[in-house]
Amino acid sequence: MGIKKTLIILFLAVGTITGVTATHTSKPVEAFSQQIIQQGAVGEDVIELQARLQYLGFYNGKIDGVFGWGTYWALRNFQYEFGMEIDGLAGPTTKQKLVKASQYDKNFIRQQINAGNDFTYYGGTPKENQVKKGKNNNQQQGNQGNTNQQQQQQQPKQENQGNNEGAPAQPTSVNVPSGYSQNDIQLMANAVYGEARGEPHEGKVAVAAVIINRVESPTFPNTVSGVIFEPRAFTAVADGQIWLTPDDTAKEAVLDALNGWDPTGDAIYYFNPDTATSSWIWGRPQIKRIGKHVFCM
Amino acid sequence: MIRWIIITVLVVGVGATGIWGYQEHQEKNAILIQAENTYQRAFHDLSYHMDLLHDKLGTTLAMNTRQQISPQLADIWRITSEAHNDVGQLPLALLPFNKTEEFLSNIGEFSYRTAVRDLESEPLSEDEVKILETLYKQAGEIENELRNVQHLVLENNLRWMDVQLALSTNDTQSDNTIIDGFKTVEENVKGYTEGNFGPSLTGTSSENHPYQFINGDDLTEKEALNQAKNLFQVEDDIEITIAKSGEGAEVPVYSASYQADNTHGYLDLSEKGGHPLSLMINREVKEPKISLNEGMENAKKYLEKHNFDDMEIFQSSQYGNYGVYNFLYKQGDVRVYPDAIQIKVALDNGEVLAFSSKDYFRNHQERDIPDAKLTVEDAKEKVNPNVKIQDQNIAVIENDLGEEVLAYVFLGVLGDDTYRIFIDAITGIEAKVEKLKNAELKYKGSV
Repeated sequence: MGIKKTLIILFLAVGTITGVTATHTSKPVEAFSQQIIQQGAVGEDVIELQARLQYLGFYNGKIDGVFGWGTYWALRNFQYEFGMEIDGLAGPTTKQKLVKASQYDKNFIRQQINAGNDFTYYGGTPKENQVKKGKNNNQQQGNQGNTNQQQQQQQPKQENQGNNEGAPAQPTSVNVPSGYSQNDIQLMANAVYGEARGEPHEGKVAVAAVIINRVESPTFPNTVSGVIFEPRAFTAVADGQIWLTPDDTAKEAVLDALNGWDPTGDAIYYFNPDTATSSWIWGRPQIKRIGKHVFCM
Repeated sequence: MIRWIIITVLVVGVGATGIWGYQEHQEKNAILIQAENTYQRAFHDLSYHMDLLHDKLGTTLAMNTRQQISPQLADIWRITSEAHNDVGQLPLALLPFNKTEEFLSNIGEFSYRTAVRDLESEPLSEDEVKILETLYKQAGEIENELRNVQHLVLENNLRWMDVQLALSTNDTQSDNTIIDGFKTVEENVKGYTEGNFGPSLTGTSSENHPYQFINGDDLTEKEALNQAKNLFQVEDDIEITIAKSGEGAEVPVYSASYQADNTHGYLDLSEKGGHPLSLMINREVKEPKISLNEGMENAKKYLEKHNFDDMEIFQSSQYGNYGVYNFLYKQGDVRVYPDAIQIKVALDNGEVLAFSSKDYFRNHQERDIPDAKLTVEDAKEKVNPNVKIQDQNIAVIENDLGEEVLAYVFLGVLGDDTYRIFIDAITGIEAKVEKLKNAELKYKGSV
């Protein structure tokens, strides 16, 4: 009974203290969210992971918020050096060890990333010396003074620093399917939007899949742009509709197709049966109809 | 009377001229669009080829044996000539771009010379490796600049016809992003001293084998409907449309789809056996609430639930609000690259949004995997000594000829890049070298 009581009191006490500190410190030294971070992840947790690994000298790449191969090897080396299980996952134990071993100045990092600065975050070097300012930014005046204050995490003063203060940092890189660039994706999204903007999702993925199937086919050009701009291949290209601004759904459809989805069953042609005039296209072996389009070999 | 005739003739004449004029105008527009498209194509091809060139040069650096390097260099030679050709099609005649062209032909010459040489008796010298390294770095810089220009062109709908106009009228005032971009590329190149495609997640098989491993009884339409309902996990009252594929289909499928509120689903079931080949559910996905890792656990559960046993995660990537996972079949200790399944999970509530088992059903069978003749240590000897090996495993992969072979897979680092190197476990041949894609910088688009 006595033990229980003390336990309850203890819990209460701890609870109040945490509550009090939480209200007193405007920004407590928080580290990572609960998630297990794995390769391929994107976001602020990854930024923190990269910054901490760089602080300890394991990570030499850019702090960009995308968990790529560089981060993966850095994390594994860290796990190796600290005698942990080497799995390349930032789970609770790994994160705890990392937090203990390194420092992370969240505001500093956020500021650099939001301002588009080129920077590193090695421990043991004053961080002000590790910043190369981005080309087109001048929001960084007085940076030097600010960073000093930020180190004293609990000063309420930091609340009214520059306006990008505390804004969550967005990753500066993105994952792209292997072998393609964001521009290739954009160009394909343009074509898909021009050709199939009224279609259901699978109809858009299907058009994107046809483009990819053509790139892989020996009878068509070997590049995305070659296939798209091949004379008389796509009506949307011939009449200029390809230059309409595509929406996000077109882009998502392209990503799905690049990641391996193909609702057409390997089709390399398609046509709209209501408007198609060529008798040749009707003669192709048809696979199926999706939305307004008939897909064929 | 005569007056009326004249008036009629004139009116008809004016009308006809108008129609003729309109047609001419339409034709002119069509031709303009076509000319623009040709320029656009050459330009986008050029950026792509530079990208490819950069990757190929990088891959060459990690290769070790002649059987791999010679064809690779020949390929580089081909790509440089294509890129060179692309430059030639752009209306850049009045813009100094000759240094870049020179750079391309330098790479071409170097790769040709080394490709035709017998590398067995005269392997790449240290100097030549150094040249390759610089070429790799420079190609990377050019690629970056071009990708940046390309981003601006796409973002702002820039026209090459305008470039042509600006160049021919020597209009220096209007600042033209394309011209500036190409000038930057040229400037950078001046600073230098002398000097396959496919979601290459090797997971997917490069050859499209026929689906020979689909088995089971034929499904009736009613059974297919039930199966679809089951896979979509929708209420009974939602209407599902179902259709059979046509004669052109490689494997006969039932395609089912439904529309409910803001959700739209699409599914392909093989007629034989009712195997789900592809599933897509489309809805708005909100801000991520769960991690990529939790999403993976959901994907795993999904695979188990649908009786895909012994699948192992191979690759995972987060794209905005969803995660895409690649799983490989594992037979004993051996990963089987051709038997891949892709799963897309919404990271707002963890729902499995899409699923594709095409590669799996094309290739999957219980294989008679031979024992390796080489030990891991033997195989390691075959890897380029400059590559720092970090991890290794054994797998069945498809080689360049599309045959399945047993190979040791080494993950290694050279410079800032990670490579996957496959050494045939029976013959010891370097079967394949892949440069693994890094994340791509977001291009900051503003003019």
